[in-house]
Amino acid sequence: MTQVILMLAVGLIAGIAGAILGLGGGIIITPVLTLAMGINIKYAIGASIIAVIATSSGATIAYLRDNVLNLRVAMFLEIFTTIGAILGAILNGILSPVVLYLIFGLLLIYSGYNMIRKLRAGSEILQRVHPDPIAEKLELNSSYYDKAADKTVDYQVEHVPAGATVMFGAGIASGLLGIGSGAFKVMALDTFMKMPLKPSTSTSNLMMGVTAAASATVYFFNGSIQPLIAVPLALGILVGATMGSRIMQILPSRWIRIIFVPIIFYIGLQMFLKGFGVNI
Amino acid sequence: MDNKDAENAEEEKISKEMAQVEIMIGQILRIGVIISAVIMLIGFIAYGIQGSTGLPSHGAVTITAIATGLLSFKSGSVMMLGLFCLILTPVLRVVVSIYAFYVEKDSLYVWITSAVLVILLFALFIGHS
Repeated sequence: MTQVILMLAVGLIAGIAGAILGLGGGIIITPVLTLAMGINIKYAIGASIIAVIATSSGATIAYLRDNVLNLRVAMFLEIFTTIGAILGAILNGILSPVVLYLIFGLLLIYSGYNMIRKLRAGSEILQRVHPDPIAEKLELNSSYYDKAADKTVDYQVEHVPAGATVMFGAGIASGLLGIGSGAFKVMALDTFMKMPLKPSTSTSNLMMGVTAAASATVYFFNGSIQPLIAVPLALGILVGATMGSRIMQILPSRWIRIIFVPIIFYIGLQMFLKGFGVNI
Repeated sequence: MDNKDAENAEEEKISKEMAQVEIMIGQILRIGVIISAVIMLIGFIAYGIQGSTGLPSHGAVTITAIATGLLSFKSGSVMMLGLFCLILTPVLRVVVSIYAFYVEKDSLYVWITSAVLVILLFALFIGHS
């Protein structure tokens, strides 16, 4: 019974945080399950996959309705992440995860540094963007309504090929390592494609559920998903993510970025060190 | 002048249609999430009453095992069904997006989103076999 209440509570917190930051919640869930509760890593990974989908589905309803996310960007880039995810699953055991850990660890640290630069510059929206012919052809430029600032924000999307490449790599990494479902996506959208933070985290939210669904059946049928762990967790997350998707819209982007910076540094460092076999 | 009015009316009509489509999509997604949540909740309550899941605690899960468990209302099988419905909610999202782009007459994105759906279904299929 205590375990159930703990699962519901962990799910609630992970759901709120995941919906606001566009992350899958693995950063909260995996350590609680494995370290605090002593659950086998196999079941923790299975629960994480369910958590990603629950966060994504709980949050996306509000983000779609309130026009925060960018559906075109999501669907275009989803081609690259899903193909990457399938490739990652196939390459499991062939490709060395060490290189991936190092590359993505460094990329996340760079992304954190870039976020600090944006915070210092004080401006959320890049005013002098270079018009990107690919973004125009794909109609990726858009606008969203910012409830915190009470205005509609127009934005342009840049460096589509770079973003697509990062998304492809992110797909491979999540298929192969089962990690970074959301962090890599926010990084590709915010750091590489220069999207504002709110459309980035909400678009990441929509995408990570679709990518996770691509690998979820593997875990579902190989017995990694334990209903007694996954169900209370998922129920807590659905409630949390619904709340989080409302909170995020009234938070100033700057605050979200300030919360984001230490988290992205932590995930980056953790991944980089894992490449050298050090677990933190 | 008349021409401009007609144009405005036409634009207004399209944006109204779009708003309706977005509301409809939101409703479909919400229903999908609620259905999976309710099934999970029923299974969870049933577990509280039955005291066991009725599923083997280790090893692979087969569709047959879940189906048999469902017929005798075993809590574990009901929970697994709820989780499976939850896994399908992102797929539902892609399907309704195709419809949304179709209504917007955005054929490029009807193709792009359909490609995502095909890749996703392929992945779901290889995951099972």
